[in-house]
Order: sequence, then C-alpha cells, then structure tokens
Amino acid sequence: MMRPCVFADVRADRDAAAALRGGDKLVGRPRLRNDIDLVWPKEGLRRIPYEVYAREDIYARERARIFEGPTWNFLCLEIELPNPGAYRATFVGDVPVIVARHGDGTLHAFENRCLHRGAMLCLKPGTGKEISCVYHNWTYDLTGRLTGVAFQKGVNGKGGMPPEFSTAGRHLRQLRVATFAGLVFGTFADDTPALETYLGPEIAARIRRVMAKPIRPMGSVSQYLHSNWKVYADNLRDSYHASLLHLFFTTFKLNRLSMQGGIIVSENGANHVSYSKMASDRDDDYDAAKLRAKQDNFGLSDRTMLQGRDEFGDGITLQILTVFPGFIMHQIQNSLAVRQILPKRVDETELNWTYFGFADDDDAMRTIRLKQTNLVGPGGYISMEDGAVVNFVQRTLPGGIGDASIVEMGGAGTSSQDTRVTESAVRGFWHAYRERMGV
Amino acid sequence: MVVDNLQARYVAAIDNDRLEDWPGFFTDPCRYEIISAENVEQNLPLGVFFADSRAMLADRVASLRRANIYEAQRYRHIVSPALVLPPADNLTRAQTNFLVVRIMLDGDMRLFMSGRYLDAIDLSGPTALFAEKRVIFDNRRIDTLLALPI
Repeated sequence: MMRPCVFADVRADRDAAAALRGGDKLVGRPRLRNDIDLVWPKEGLRRIPYEVYAREDIYARERARIFEGPTWNFLCLEIELPNPGAYRATFVGDVPVIVARHGDGTLHAFENRCLHRGAMLCLKPGTGKEISCVYHNWTYDLTGRLTGVAFQKGVNGKGGMPPEFSTAGRHLRQLRVATFAGLVFGTFADDTPALETYLGPEIAARIRRVMAKPIRPMGSVSQYLHSNWKVYADNLRDSYHASLLHLFFTTFKLNRLSMQGGIIVSENGANHVSYSKMASDRDDDYDAAKLRAKQDNFGLSDRTMLQGRDEFGDGITLQILTVFPGFIMHQIQNSLAVRQILPKRVDETELNWTYFGFADDDDAMRTIRLKQTNLVGPGGYISMEDGAVVNFVQRTLPGGIGDASIVEMGGAGTSSQDTRVTESAVRGFWHAYRERMGV
Repeated sequence: MVVDNLQARYVAAIDNDRLEDWPGFFTDPCRYEIISAENVEQNLPLGVFFADSRAMLADRVASLRRANIYEAQRYRHIVSPALVLPPADNLTRAQTNFLVVRIMLDGDMRLFMSGRYLDAIDLSGPTALFAEKRVIFDNRRIDTLLALPI
C-alpha cells in the first residue's frame, strides 16, 4: 500500500490539518502502532496519556468502538416503561435512542432517527401503538419497523414515492435489549456477550442485592459536567479519592479508608463494585496521616439525615457499582440511584441521576431517602466535589498533551482488593477501554 | 409588600455571602427543598436538597464553609414581585419567580437557574418567616454542581 489507509489519516487536529495541506507528507511516517495513532506509555495501565481525554478523533472512535460496539449500555429502569405502549427517549453514548415496551409486553430499542431525513422521532416519554416523525409523518411501530409513509401514493394521482418503494423490511437501527434485575440495557453490536456474562457473577450479585424487591422511582436530575466522560468514569472507579476529597463523608465516619471494605473488579476489568461498612473504624491511620479531612470538632446539629436503616441486612453502608462503559448504581446508606454517563462532546458530559426507593417503603423510609438525597447528587455533601474536580482535570489538558497521569495505587494490576486505597478499578476500566479501542 | 421585603432580604443574605443568616429566615421546624419542576409535575418527591429544621439548614452552611470543596462562586438573585396566593393553615402563600446568575472567581458569569419559590410564610411573629420554601427550578440540568442555597 502506497499511502496510509483512510482510518490512519484520522488523527489529532494538528496532524489532520497537515494532512489536508499535503497528504503525501504522511507517506514515510513511522508505521503506527494502531490506527488511532496513539502511543500508549510503556508503563501500560499504570499510565493514562492525557490526550485520550482531549482528542476529537478519539471521541469519534469511542462512539463506534465502545458505545456502538460490543458493550451493554444502560437505557432505563424497567419500571420507567410500566405498561405496554410506553416509550421514552434515551441515549447510548451520544446517539439518541428510543426504548419502548411493545403491546405484547416485549422491550425494544432502536435509534431515535427517522429513516427519511434523520429527524429525531421522540423527545419525551409517551404511550401509543406507533411513533410518528413530526417532520413528514413517517410512522413506526414500537419495534422500530417502518409502517407508513405519508402521501406514499401521492395526492390526486400526482407526486408520491416511486411505485417500487416499499415500507417492507425497513427498520430503524435496532439494538438488542436485555434486562437484569429491573435494569434495561441495550447493545448495537451482534457479538456482545449475554448481559449476565458481561456483568460477571460478582457484579450481578451486587446488583441483585440492591434490586431485591420491586422499586419505585423517586426523582431524577441531570448534572452537566465540563469534562470528558472518562474523567468522570475514572472518578467513579477511584475509591482512593473518596475520603481525601469528600470531607463530609470522612468527618462523619461514613467512608474512612480504614473501614472494613474493599473493591471487586470483574474479570475483564470492565465492571467494578466498591463497598464499605460503617463499623470497625480505626482512627490511628488517619491521625498518623494528619489528613486535611480530619476535623474532629466538626459535628452535625441535626443528625436525622444519618439515621437510616440497614435495609439490606449486611451492614454495608456504601456500595458504588459501575458497568462499562457508562452505568453507575449507588447505595449510600438509604440513598439509592442509578446514573447514566452520557458523553455530549469531547469535553462535556451529562450525568443522568434517577433515584428510587422500594414500592413497600413506609412514610418514615421515604423521609429518610428524602433527607439522604442531601448526601449524593449534584449538590450532595459527598458528591458535589466530583463536579468540580473533573473540570479541574479537563482544564489542564492543553498542557498535558504528551504527558500521562500516574495510576499506581495498589500496584499495577486490576484485581479485586480488600482495601479501598487502590486504583485497581481505574486500571480495570482502561484495560477494557484499550482492548475495545485497539490502543 | 411584606412578602417582597422578606424575599429581598432573603436573597440579599445569600448574594452577599451572609449564609449564616440564612437559617434565620425560617421557622423551626420548617420545610425547605430544591426540586426540579419536572419532578414536581410527575409527583416525584426527591430533589437536590431537603431540610425540615433550622439545624439542617445550619448544617448545610457549616458543611459549605468547612467541608465541601467547590470553586469560589457567588450568586445574583433576580426576583419578581410576589404573587400572593390564597392562604392556608394560617400561613400566607406566595409564588415568586427567580433567576440566579452564578459568577465564578475567574469572571465567568452565566445563568445558573430559573424557577419559582412556592412559599408559606408565617406573619404571626415580629418578623416574617418562611414556614415552607419550595425552590422549584425549571432547568432539569444543573451545571457542574449546586453548592450555595437558592
């Protein structure tokens, strides 16, 4: 081959500009290690090159290889589509998707983009037998199959589609849908393993632990982050930062690193769960470290917020669980929610929070959940900092190109550990990422 | 007029970084919440913040001052005249629209929130106090984080 293939021409802006001026200059470049033109540091998973958070071309590749690739993406809670005929708009990565419950009760998901001119079909939740495009009234059933074209035969014998045009066999791009414990996931790829296999037994067990009985949605909110989606994905898997950044948590002994707890990383690195118990805390480690986070004279004057219940009966007061690429479930005391990480641009990300309780919650339990929402959310005592720090990381990227971050807490591996002072789940994420991206 | 005055003093305390005065605008117990209009329309109870005592409000201030990490910022509230609603439970009820502009330390300024206060006001004492203040915001999307009270 005389010239690099088209794919290899997709590279950082600086190189793309040069290529446009004179593509021939690319001939004779050193052979690329991969078609993304990204040289991963020799330290492997102990380093993350900053350009992965900043390059437009990498962002576009992520859509194809991760979000539209062999991954399961969280679409909604099953209870958000309670009745046959219900549908709602969601996203897989930044691709608009509709998820629907057909009249026969089966769940379907398909791209939210009309086959005709590409207009968005659905903007808000609805109910019906079909979905029509507002632009030219092409209609689809709730499996995504094209069922009608307005004026297909023309009007008064004039106009209309050519006689050979048929609606048969035309379908909005479909996703395969699978549910697990009340969570609805979708995948664009044919070769994605079965959902439960993809989750792995330990992650599956900890989803089941929370989704133990029928749930009831309690509210949702969106948080707009000024960072690449992976900066937030890292943050979620980074149990090391919890008691260093989130001072509130530490001060009230909700999540000290010395507590009993640990981290479980699925075999392929992609998914993780981090957990801790409030009991068995030791002060020594903290006193020795003289952490900023230690401020014993700080107390709550109204402690009702923290007076929760051990509703799962195992003493675990914190469980944060992620499924590659963009699903999060948390249980923090009695605050329960799922989050969807949605990339919007290379440097902007939307976080969709959906809180829930159980259908059999009594009034007291509802009040506990109401108060504990103060802990976790866009304004939460132990989570608001994440919105700030992911942006702090993003802002330094112009100077960080060519450099890499250090991810060595807890060694170099991606295995489960019985400490939370580790970055093994972060490395696990990047293991899964590199495998899918081919970098 | 009394309601407008209360509202003006309330937002001035927040905008001028007198957060310690904020709980004093409420009765004890009270109800204060920040919740999206979307959740209110769907009868979903959870918002972004909820408190039912002055102490919980004071805890929020203590946490913002001493525990939480967020980039230095301040608000400028623009409030409408109050629309007085029919009273209930011996409390004056009113709706007041608001805009909150957030100004960051680096000079960035943008519209952070629009919405309405649905208030129940106790006028029986020497000072008007909020027995209930529901902050119902129109924008489902919260930019970066919500630290200071609205």
